[in-house]
Amino acid sequence: MQNKDISGFGKLTLGAGLAFLYVPILILIVYSFNASKLVTVWASFSTHWYGVLFNDDAVVSAFGLSLKIAFLSSAMSVVLGTIAGLVLARFGPFRGKSLFAGMLTAPMVMPEVITGLSMLLLFVELQQWFGFPAERGMLTIWVGHVTLCMAYVTVVIRSRLVEMDRSVEEAAMDLGARPFKIFFQITLPIIAPAIASSFLLAFTLSIDDLVITAFLSGPGSTTLPQLIFSRVRLGLNPEINALATMTVLVVTLLVVGANRMMVKAERRRARLAAA
Amino acid sequence: MAESSLHQAAKTAGAKSYLQIVDVVKKFGDNTVVDHINLSIAKNDIFALLGSSGCGKSTLLRMLAGMETPTSGKIILDGEDITALAPYERPINMMFQSYALFPHMTVAQNIAFGLKQDRLSRSDIAERVERMLELVQMKKYAHRKPYQLSGGQQQRVALARSLAKRPKLLLLDEPLGALDKKLRQQTQLELVNMIEQVGVTCIMVTHDQEEAMTMAGRIGIMSEGQLLQVATPGEIYEHPNCRFTAEFIGETNLFGGHVVEDEPDHVCIHSTELPRPVRVGHGITGTMGMPVWLSLRPERVGVSRRQPVASGNWAAGTVGDIAYLGGFSIFHVRLDSGKVVKASVPATHWREEAAPTWNEPVFVSWTDNDAVVLTQ
Repeated sequence: MQNKDISGFGKLTLGAGLAFLYVPILILIVYSFNASKLVTVWASFSTHWYGVLFNDDAVVSAFGLSLKIAFLSSAMSVVLGTIAGLVLARFGPFRGKSLFAGMLTAPMVMPEVITGLSMLLLFVELQQWFGFPAERGMLTIWVGHVTLCMAYVTVVIRSRLVEMDRSVEEAAMDLGARPFKIFFQITLPIIAPAIASSFLLAFTLSIDDLVITAFLSGPGSTTLPQLIFSRVRLGLNPEINALATMTVLVVTLLVVGANRMMVKAERRRARLAAA
Repeated sequence: MAESSLHQAAKTAGAKSYLQIVDVVKKFGDNTVVDHINLSIAKNDIFALLGSSGCGKSTLLRMLAGMETPTSGKIILDGEDITALAPYERPINMMFQSYALFPHMTVAQNIAFGLKQDRLSRSDIAERVERMLELVQMKKYAHRKPYQLSGGQQQRVALARSLAKRPKLLLLDEPLGALDKKLRQQTQLELVNMIEQVGVTCIMVTHDQEEAMTMAGRIGIMSEGQLLQVATPGEIYEHPNCRFTAEFIGETNLFGGHVVEDEPDHVCIHSTELPRPVRVGHGITGTMGMPVWLSLRPERVGVSRRQPVASGNWAAGTVGDIAYLGGFSIFHVRLDSGKVVKASVPATHWREEAAPTWNEPVFVSWTDNDAVVLTQ
């Protein structure tokens, strides 16, 4: 019924916009079922490249590493970012607060090349002085990702805490709860959705990061974006299309699932409120 | 004999001042928000701090709760100095203006939260929660979350939560501020009944004089961090001790003047705004010629077409505006001096004759006991 309100020209621009966004992805999916070795020439339908993909150890291990790093770095950055956000939102004005806030969020605006390069230099220095970290690999990538992701988490958590009604925490204190308990029993459950979404944000930032990873990875550690990038440089291959299609599928399922859960919860809430 | 009466006196003084606020000052930087407040409150009293926003009443309340620390002064509750105690160590509970219910907990869990902090046994907690739910008539809603409740229901849960720990002192911060007007009036007496049923000493903060006068046994008027007057609602209305209180509580006509006759049982005040000196039937602590203010409540002013026979306490004027409010009307009478006097006249006054209309010459009058002299 809303479509009636959209003029012909409106429909055209809407269609063009959606096509601009989704046709490339559609083409990518279609060509993942191409039998030909050439990405741009259609031969016939085949699932050959999916077989190749699942038997490609390099891809499987790169994917595993990416997942591991993304999970670990988003977990760590949620912990550190929540603490930092709490300090900025709750601990009043203290000396050097704006400097602290600025330095926390700097990685967001800093070109990743600079972050990556400076961290590389840091790790090289550390290795020369202390012999640790002995080589670059998962640990160094993780540290780099945490620095980047933590900035985003801090911003999300801080703004959530600022908009939260402080009197709820004061009420808990008034009823006899000590600050530590208040944080875990009152503040944390209330900001849990913000923590979950900042975790997802950190996860997506980490899993597709290429630049910082490129500076901090070592010989034995290749993440998925790095692998794809290096393969594409050597020439396109439908196997990459298959990999991309799998990614699109997983993301779509996750988004649809999360959405349905939210809609369900919303409906239940509406029903209870009406009762 | 003397000793026992002294002992008695000390005991009554102790009973009288369950809570003592001794010379409390709060400064934020150079800004003095609470300025040398002294106050004592008896056990089971319902006391209202009344003042406009920014007068320091909320800061004083927060200092009682422990959310703010006084810059100087002492707070003594039931003989114990609690000035330095943290909020979670004080036997005081507060109902917040926003209610501050825990959104992720049910009504029952909200009420049980404070009890859990005291490490009461599971059965004790359940029993007390049950009793609190009964008190506020929310038993049916024990397993709802706060967002599924109406404003009035949330307010009752907040009250139950703050009473559950049986505090020595209950603080109410604008208890009905978040409710709409109709619900507010209905809830005022309900709230007082519940508080009296439990028997708890209570301090509330409000900017709504009707709320304060309906609910509280005693009222403290605050302005710019100072406590101007502490008295019962009746005393505050009938005998305000300063200009601010007279103007803040209800409507009044104020006349500036000075004392021309000072006797122990009466005084006469001359005001340039009134044609002849006003005789007031109470003595004042002041000197001849000192500048004072005269407060005359609108309902104390009579309006008549006939010139009063008395020698004083009346003035001639013409009707300016009339606000018809059904049961009574407010006449704005312009005196010859240009001063407008408001007179609130009940509708029953106009049985014999029609009420005066616009631009009609009338006389306003009052008796010796109607005007109040304000020396501050």
